[in-house]
Amino acid sequence: MLHNLILIALFSPLLSSIVSALFIRSPKKLGIFSSILIGISFISSFLLFVFYENSFSYSLFDWLNVGNFKLSFGVLIDPISLVMINTVTLVALIVHVYSIFYMDEDKSINRYFSYLGLFVFAMMILVMSDNFLGLFFGWEGVGLCSWLLIGFWFENNDNTKAANEAFIINRIADLGMLMGLFYIYWNTGSLQYSEVFAQIPNLSNTTITLIAMFLFIGAMGKSAQFPLHTWLAKAMAGPTPVSALIHAATMVTAGVYLLVRSNEIFALAPSVNIVITYLGVFVALFAASMAMVSNDLKKIIAYSTLSQLGYMFVACGVGAYWVALFHLFTHAFFKSVLFLGAGNIMHACKNELNIKKMGGLYKDLKVTAIIMIIASASLSGLPFLSGFFSKDKILESAFSTGYLDIWILLLLGAMMTTFYSFRLILLVFFVPSKEKNSHTHDAPKYVLYAMGILGVLSISAGWIINSFEKFINIPFELNIEHSTHYVMILITVLAVIITLVYTICKYKQPIKEPTSKINTILKNEYYIPYLYSNIFVKLYKKIAEFLYEIIDQKILDKFYEKLAFSVFNFGIVLRKLNTSNLSIMIYFVIVGFLLLLLTNFIRILL
Amino acid sequence: MIGLEHYLILSVIIFCIGLLGLLRRKNLLMLFFSTEIMLNAINLAFVSVSSYLGDITGQTVAFFVIAIAASEVAIGIALILLWFKKTRTIDLDSLKYIKG
Amino acid sequence: MYEIIAFYLFSSIILALFYIVVTTKQPVFAITALASGLIFIGGLFFLLDAEFLGVIQIAVYSGGIMALYAFGFMFFDASKDIEERTSANKLPFVLFVLVCVILNFLLISPKIALPKPIVEIDTNITNAHQLGLELFSKYLLAFELAAILLLVAMIGGIMLLSSKMDKSWTTTPDDEIKADS
Repeated sequence: MLHNLILIALFSPLLSSIVSALFIRSPKKLGIFSSILIGISFISSFLLFVFYENSFSYSLFDWLNVGNFKLSFGVLIDPISLVMINTVTLVALIVHVYSIFYMDEDKSINRYFSYLGLFVFAMMILVMSDNFLGLFFGWEGVGLCSWLLIGFWFENNDNTKAANEAFIINRIADLGMLMGLFYIYWNTGSLQYSEVFAQIPNLSNTTITLIAMFLFIGAMGKSAQFPLHTWLAKAMAGPTPVSALIHAATMVTAGVYLLVRSNEIFALAPSVNIVITYLGVFVALFAASMAMVSNDLKKIIAYSTLSQLGYMFVACGVGAYWVALFHLFTHAFFKSVLFLGAGNIMHACKNELNIKKMGGLYKDLKVTAIIMIIASASLSGLPFLSGFFSKDKILESAFSTGYLDIWILLLLGAMMTTFYSFRLILLVFFVPSKEKNSHTHDAPKYVLYAMGILGVLSISAGWIINSFEKFINIPFELNIEHSTHYVMILITVLAVIITLVYTICKYKQPIKEPTSKINTILKNEYYIPYLYSNIFVKLYKKIAEFLYEIIDQKILDKFYEKLAFSVFNFGIVLRKLNTSNLSIMIYFVIVGFLLLLLTNFIRILL
Repeated sequence: MIGLEHYLILSVIIFCIGLLGLLRRKNLLMLFFSTEIMLNAINLAFVSVSSYLGDITGQTVAFFVIAIAASEVAIGIALILLWFKKTRTIDLDSLKYIKG
Repeated sequence: MYEIIAFYLFSSIILALFYIVVTTKQPVFAITALASGLIFIGGLFFLLDAEFLGVIQIAVYSGGIMALYAFGFMFFDASKDIEERTSANKLPFVLFVLVCVILNFLLISPKIALPKPIVEIDTNITNAHQLGLELFSKYLLAFELAAILLLVAMIGGIMLLSSKMDKSWTTTPDDEIKADS
């Protein structure tokens, strides 16, 4: 029964993808069908959670059997994967429903659903696999779907470029991941989680550190950590529901999932943990600072995602893996609903993305506005919303492991989060609008209900924090005294509320933001994209040009030209044999037959 | 009882007669006749070996050879007729379109 | 004894007839000789206990295929003598003899030992029965493919020879059809 549920949960997204792919040219819209299949997948995942007793591994079939290397394609059901599959399928379900509305006018809507279904399938494999190779398979699968979906409107060259950038940067990181996997196999002789983790304590320190480092490089690419972060903001070129599903809730958190999954490796590599922690803090602040000045609706949310991923990495770095997973879980809900709200706004404003040109949308988009305010409040960590519990837990974990500096920096990050979230809300919904756009309208009711589910979860998902900790069962001791604990919470809440009040006061009226130097640097994303294009891209281009002009054109092409011409010249000689007279050809045939016989004859004589 | 060699030698001689026809003739229909003779020589060899070894497979193959010969003739005659309609001749030497 | 006589009689007749086929100048002689030669090969099949193939040989070859040739002949001038190749008259005979000798030598050389029979033909069931079992079990796919091949050949033959098969009569206007016929 459980096995059947696993199969249903895993393969109904694939079925949705295949069926949609078959109807790509048909005008019939398959959105509802796909949503139902994803819904089935969600229900099975939820039932798996309900009936869960002990973690177990279920082998579907033998995948590879080469020499000593044996690998079965298996599924591992344990608390981590259960949390992941439920989050993934729930958000995917709502994004599917939302897409029915959002992509309605697009003529290749079936292609869209086909990609989306494939993405969910790959993501399920990623989180359910019981070995590193299956994880890598899903890892590449989601990368592919991300590429397909970012470049979904490939008629526009910019979208294609953004898709390629995302894909190429992910390739760089995947090389690290792949090396990590090779290194694991080299040292433990297996890729099965259970066997690998059993062997890890026997390895030398440097080996573990190297493995952890390589795996972390892989996680950095997928989760868009510095210095591989540039693709995430550009990935917003894809359809907005895609941003909600892939680039906020699920795929980008795969890196965090990898860290949580292989926590037994990382727990033994303290030096890597320090790197992870500081990099996480850096990214949290770095991305938040860019979000503070950006004027692009989707980019702000994208940077905010980046910043929250930084928080998750900090949690992983200090060893609080269940906290990281918990933040992943709550973040998935409020971030995806923020993106979906952004989609509503774009739909109402005819794909306008500049928040400076919006304003006063509250009266037209009341429901969207309320949901987005809730999500933003949750993201900022206002008390008793889900983000409050998870983010606060990260701060506490950092504090309790002795990183006071990190606690302060994260607090600063939380204030920045509040600032940019409510700056967005105020500029979009409340600032009096300069232009009168009268015919804006909210999304249809079923979409709002679907978003409402996520809105409710943004409020309530945090309340289960204690049972969540017990369920995940990766021990992490918080040794903070109660009084300190309360003071810390108070400080955090006060800081957030002060920032909130400040933001509201500042953006009550449309103001001109100062164009200081810092502002320019932030708006240009610290000039990192320019730096990359000047250093790496130009260097690469020069190497490529050298290879093309010298090696390819002057050496290889010449060689093959000669080869081709020699065949051609030989052909000119042979052409004289063809007199086009069939009777002469028959003579050739028979003489050839005779020669064949003669060789046999001679062989027999000898 | 006649030995298998007798049948094989006979089939080789028939085959060579067909070959001779192929070389000497330049009428397309006569070429077809020659190929029929060669096919029959092969059939004879198949059947004789089959019956001497007591293995029915040879006869099965001969059966298929007959089927293929029948379809070959159907298409072949049609093509020759087309050629004849076009050029009023079925001389082999008239087929000269692909001179190198 | 009777078998030996039959074999030599048949083979000498076959060789003579086939020699006529490849040398005669008159097409009618050629076709008649070929037809009779094929019937005698069928006779040899009977000698070899392959009755079913013998019948097939006579029915399909001498009956069907030769009839097809005969029809083909009606389109050409059958009374006109066939032109022989004038040049290189010797070469065909040389090749003929060479191939014949070498091939025979190869076949009867002691180094090519014929394997001993693996399965004796069961004399209790008839040859046709046995062939049928074989064709419809082991060679069923090949049999079906041969059937399709024959069908394709039939359709191909019709398509090639009948004019205007590529036109649809339902879509052509009536007056055009009348003008054609």
